[in-house]
Amino acid sequence: MANTSSLNDKVEGGMKAKRTVLTVLATGWFAILSFVIVFPLIAGLIASFRPGTELIRRGLSIDLDFSTMTLANYKYLFGGNVDSQKYFMWFKNSLILTFVSVVLTLLVCYIVAYGLTMYNYKLKNFLFFLVIATMMVPFEILILPLYKEMISLNLIDTMAGVVLPGICGASTIFFFRQYMTGLPKELLDAGRIDGATEYGICFKIMMPITKPAFAAMSILCAMGAWNNVLWPMLVYRSAEKFTLPIGLNTLLTPYGNNYDVLIAGSMFGIIPVFIVFLCFQRYFIEGMTAGAVKG
Amino acid sequence: MNKFKKFFYSQKVAPYVFVLPFILSFAFFWIYPLCSTITMSFQDITPTGTEWVGLKNFSKLLKDTVFHTAILNSFEYMILTLVLLIPFPMLFAVLMDSRLVKAKGFWKACLYVPALTSVVISGTLFRLMFSEYATGQMNVITTFLGLGTFKWLKMKATGLTALLIVCCWRWTGVNMLYFISGLKAIDTALYESADIDGATAWQKFRYVTIPLLKPTTIYVLTISVYAGLSMFMESYMLWAGPDSPNNIGLTIVGYLYKRGITKNQLGYGSAVGIVLLVIALAINIVQLVLNGTFKKEED
Repeated sequence: MANTSSLNDKVEGGMKAKRTVLTVLATGWFAILSFVIVFPLIAGLIASFRPGTELIRRGLSIDLDFSTMTLANYKYLFGGNVDSQKYFMWFKNSLILTFVSVVLTLLVCYIVAYGLTMYNYKLKNFLFFLVIATMMVPFEILILPLYKEMISLNLIDTMAGVVLPGICGASTIFFFRQYMTGLPKELLDAGRIDGATEYGICFKIMMPITKPAFAAMSILCAMGAWNNVLWPMLVYRSAEKFTLPIGLNTLLTPYGNNYDVLIAGSMFGIIPVFIVFLCFQRYFIEGMTAGAVKG
Repeated sequence: MNKFKKFFYSQKVAPYVFVLPFILSFAFFWIYPLCSTITMSFQDITPTGTEWVGLKNFSKLLKDTVFHTAILNSFEYMILTLVLLIPFPMLFAVLMDSRLVKAKGFWKACLYVPALTSVVISGTLFRLMFSEYATGQMNVITTFLGLGTFKWLKMKATGLTALLIVCCWRWTGVNMLYFISGLKAIDTALYESADIDGATAWQKFRYVTIPLLKPTTIYVLTISVYAGLSMFMESYMLWAGPDSPNNIGLTIVGYLYKRGITKNQLGYGSAVGIVLLVIALAINIVQLVLNGTFKKEED
């Protein structure tokens, strides 16, 4: 009796040891992978404490020689000089553009999804098919005709030109629709009995209970708008309207002399998204993976 | 006025009012540009005027060796991203989902970080890391491994490697999260019954996980095919513009940009876009057929 129990202990102990080894290996693997992934940003961060021209000349690599590090780039970036003014103008433009496009996109996508979910009418399925159809064409194909259209509509170099073409994001509509199909439709009739109009029901009754979907989508939209480059780069022409990515991109010329601003500004430009990410991490992943499970 | 109000507020009209923004956006920013690019692809557009040229743009494309390079580059890139960005993130997701990994939230957040950074910033960082000088990070690594230094962004193979590294860096974590959310949807009872039947870890992965992850895999596959074929900004950032030595970094969209925007040849650029559109739709249809979307539901 005693023998078998000690044998069991041994087997269990062996299993446990094996499990511990596997845990260490698996966790270690993700630690290595995470390090590799975060590495370029760490390298960039360290490099931002050294002169930018040196970086362009020598390339970027991790250099932990703390004696050569200075705060000069950041002092210059926040110094209120011409470059610093330019940088914060881009920063402000990006913030405004992000805010405007998130508010408009969410509002529009919400009402469209509402119209596609809460009522039964003839064209409903056809319209939803059109929403899906827009996803089948890569946006890049449309940049030339849209660019031409923006010129003829006089929307080139305006915020409307940047925001409007993307305002009905199919994936955002899709996400709202998926969320709303789970909501009780009886609320609509209850609202009607209480004398609310169709629009009153949409904005005063249904919108508040769709809040979680708004949270998930606002973060995803904001990240997209903050980091968007290709389309804003085509629409904006005057340097005082540039967003942060476009502005930073203009600094990366072979004959530039603003490399200090480029590297310090790039690192500082990541911060807003990082803060939002750390605060709302759950919503990020929720919003991003919503389309994947149901396909 | 009152009549109009009643009409506007009726239950029949309200849904159309709600979807009106979509209809307008669809008309102005999708169907119109799409038709316009199709028309333009049959035209020669110069500042002095527009001329119908029939299929000339397309027959020119057929003989345009630079365009062939662009197509080849985009396909190579797309296929290699599929090879790298579907199986590995799937395995990582299974591992991450197991009980073996500690501090999961932290690793997930780290792996998601690249998706937060603008392609301008990450592209700049990688451009500098792929510097041809011995002090660039990648050359430091290859020298350490005894391989010597490379002119990364000047040769075809290393240029493609650089693009793939940027792509893997950006999307491994995101795709892993897609697969994790797919794994969460699998009923754990299936694994329990597999355990009872004495299935090994590999058998469980092969016969339970992979088949049940199919919807997620298809989703990831679709977005990867599209993103791979229409890749442009990564290459634009690595080579600081649409031009690269011997066009090693030229993609289909890069060529569209070069012709349509840089050289202002909207007709020829549109023809490039139409070719991409046809390729994308063809792949989409093949995939839908292979997945049996058009078949009647079996169960």
